[in-house]
Amino acid sequence: MDRASAFRTCVHTGLRVHLTAERLIKAHAVAGVLAILVGGVAAVLVLLTRWPAVHLLDPALYYRALTFHGINMLIFWIIFFEVAILYFAAPIVLGSRVAWPRVGWVGFGLMVLGSLLIDVAILRGGADVMFTSYVPLRAVPSFYLGWILFAVGALVGVLNFFATLVVARAERTYEGSVPLVTFGALTAAIIALVTLAHGAIIYIPTWLWSLGVIQNLDAGMYRLVWWGLGHPSQQINVSAMVAVWYLLATLTVGATPVNEKVSRWAFVLYILFINLASAHHLLVDPQVSPAWKIWNTSYGMYLAVLASMIHGMTVPASVEVAQRRHGLNKGLFEWLTKAPWGNAGFAAFFLSLVLFGFMGGITGVTFGAEQVNIISHNTLRIPGHFHATVVAGTTLAFMGLTYYVVPLIWRRRILWPRLATFQAYAFGIGVAIFAAGMTTAGSYAIPRRHWDVQFTAAAFQPPVEAAAHVFLGVMGLGGLLAAVGGALYVLITVASVLFGPRIPDEPGAFRLAPVPPARGHTPISGTLVLVLVFLAAFVVYYFLNWKWLAAIWLVK
Amino acid sequence: MSLQPLTGVWWKEVDPAEKVWIGLALLWCLILFAMMPLWAFTGTQNPSFETYRITNVEFQKKVEAFVEQNRVGEDRGVPVVAARPGQDVYMLGRMWSWYPVLKLKRGETYRLHLSSMDLVHGFSLFPLNLNFMVLPGYEYVLTVTPTQAGEVYAVCNEFCGIGHHQMVGKIIVE
Repeated sequence: MDRASAFRTCVHTGLRVHLTAERLIKAHAVAGVLAILVGGVAAVLVLLTRWPAVHLLDPALYYRALTFHGINMLIFWIIFFEVAILYFAAPIVLGSRVAWPRVGWVGFGLMVLGSLLIDVAILRGGADVMFTSYVPLRAVPSFYLGWILFAVGALVGVLNFFATLVVARAERTYEGSVPLVTFGALTAAIIALVTLAHGAIIYIPTWLWSLGVIQNLDAGMYRLVWWGLGHPSQQINVSAMVAVWYLLATLTVGATPVNEKVSRWAFVLYILFINLASAHHLLVDPQVSPAWKIWNTSYGMYLAVLASMIHGMTVPASVEVAQRRHGLNKGLFEWLTKAPWGNAGFAAFFLSLVLFGFMGGITGVTFGAEQVNIISHNTLRIPGHFHATVVAGTTLAFMGLTYYVVPLIWRRRILWPRLATFQAYAFGIGVAIFAAGMTTAGSYAIPRRHWDVQFTAAAFQPPVEAAAHVFLGVMGLGGLLAAVGGALYVLITVASVLFGPRIPDEPGAFRLAPVPPARGHTPISGTLVLVLVFLAAFVVYYFLNWKWLAAIWLVK
Repeated sequence: MSLQPLTGVWWKEVDPAEKVWIGLALLWCLILFAMMPLWAFTGTQNPSFETYRITNVEFQKKVEAFVEQNRVGEDRGVPVVAARPGQDVYMLGRMWSWYPVLKLKRGETYRLHLSSMDLVHGFSLFPLNLNFMVLPGYEYVLTVTPTQAGEVYAVCNEFCGIGHHQMVGKIIVE
């Protein structure tokens, strides 16, 4: 096939689509959805065990299911989806060819092979070591090899993205500066490069250690370098999610970023500072100093938090401006009350924005304060926090995007669009309830990664407060609602890809929100009120935690 | 829109509402940052940085000597050790127990030495909610002052194998 015929033009968006990019997107998205399916089954098993009223699995199966759940969700689902986003953000958005089509498939193959090695190792009982596999806890060598192959495969996808940017520039497929979505994806890719390098640095010696080539690995060194992979990989998610927010704002209400300069500077702050956050995991560790902890946990004076707070305003502000220009100009909030709440893409996007900020963001920054970490570390507060960021935030945003990927890339209609809308709400609200219950139970010191908070088999049985059990129940109920939402997501997506009616290549066959014409100055006063409410909640929660901290034993 | 390349002069003047928010957010970030050094100098709960390299054998020797000199009883097979105010006290973590049981006095200050004989463990005082990490090869010294009388439990809150949930120790505060 010659190069010219390898393109099609999308009649709905006007984008010039390289068919190789489209195929790579499909492959990565399918792998991602498979990962969320198996990781989701494990999630339900873990949930029903941690809910003391049910306490389903035995200890061995529980720890195995938890390891399986963490890796399949946090690594496979998210990173397969993110690489798919990279194949959209450079080739398709810029109208370019993929720089290295064959290399792209090699990268995909490595990621699939790596994930299979890991999943098989876990399911065969050779790697009951949790997501973090802290040495000297030991798994079979194929587990570590799987991580290395997966990381190299993802790295290949990232390098292909960079190469495609160069090709697009050289072949002049666009004029001027890259669009904001590409810029955001570039941020995610740069962070991914640093992250995956850490993965290689730590897993290569760990693999050799599991083979007996290296005799001894320091537990403190492992934790330091491993979190250079573990935390920044969540920051890839943040950057990719913010880029998806801007994209969904455009697709669902025709939004244009209010100020490109501001949004881009905020992304640059992510690149500069966000990787320092691996310190969040070492705040009550012996091997690093308080000065190191304070500087790094604060992302260098919280400049990456500043970036998120800026996006937290500019994203809803872009929605407000678009809606006001569509004529929804009454009062402070008509733009919001008359937003397309029945559109699954919009519902997922806006819920993701709100839950990420109010729940995930506030708890994350608070627990990441060096001293507040003493009353948070390794309790259920931590998974409560990150389910609000990476599930209610990133995963929900990616679900919302899926409802555009299926019509625009597979060119199939979403079967049951109203069920899709219900799915977005069920998942978002379910995870919110789940995370709230979990975080609050954690403030009663309930440990994470723990089979039995009744301590029945232990030498001593500490009394557990009744309130903690109530919040574990809240967690259980919220988790079930989220599981329904998650299962519907897989069902709707798979059914639509296989059986959805084909969308003809005719203008108007699939409707995207029109971009309203720019005119004069449009106020963003409604958004300003919303972010001030956010700041008030942040201040209250933050100082409450210092008050709680001051009530425990003195320690220094 | 966010999918279109930008041409011409696109770095425009920032909206006044955005300026207000960026200013407020920056101010809040600086407050967030200032809280940690402020608390480090004036607060009463801070992560310790008294930490030493140690081998399992050396640490175990110190713990045994401490238990031998101060043993006052036994609780479910674990020695109970009463410590004098200001004394160095020890707790050893291993799969899947904390050793020994400590008896402390409210309002007195102790140097609590922690280390692990095998894997990474989490030292979590339950239900007080005070959490530190215990790593093999590191002796971590926390200077603690119990502020309430009663029993608290040392729950392991880092996964350490199949018996992880059985790893519970005890501290009695009189």
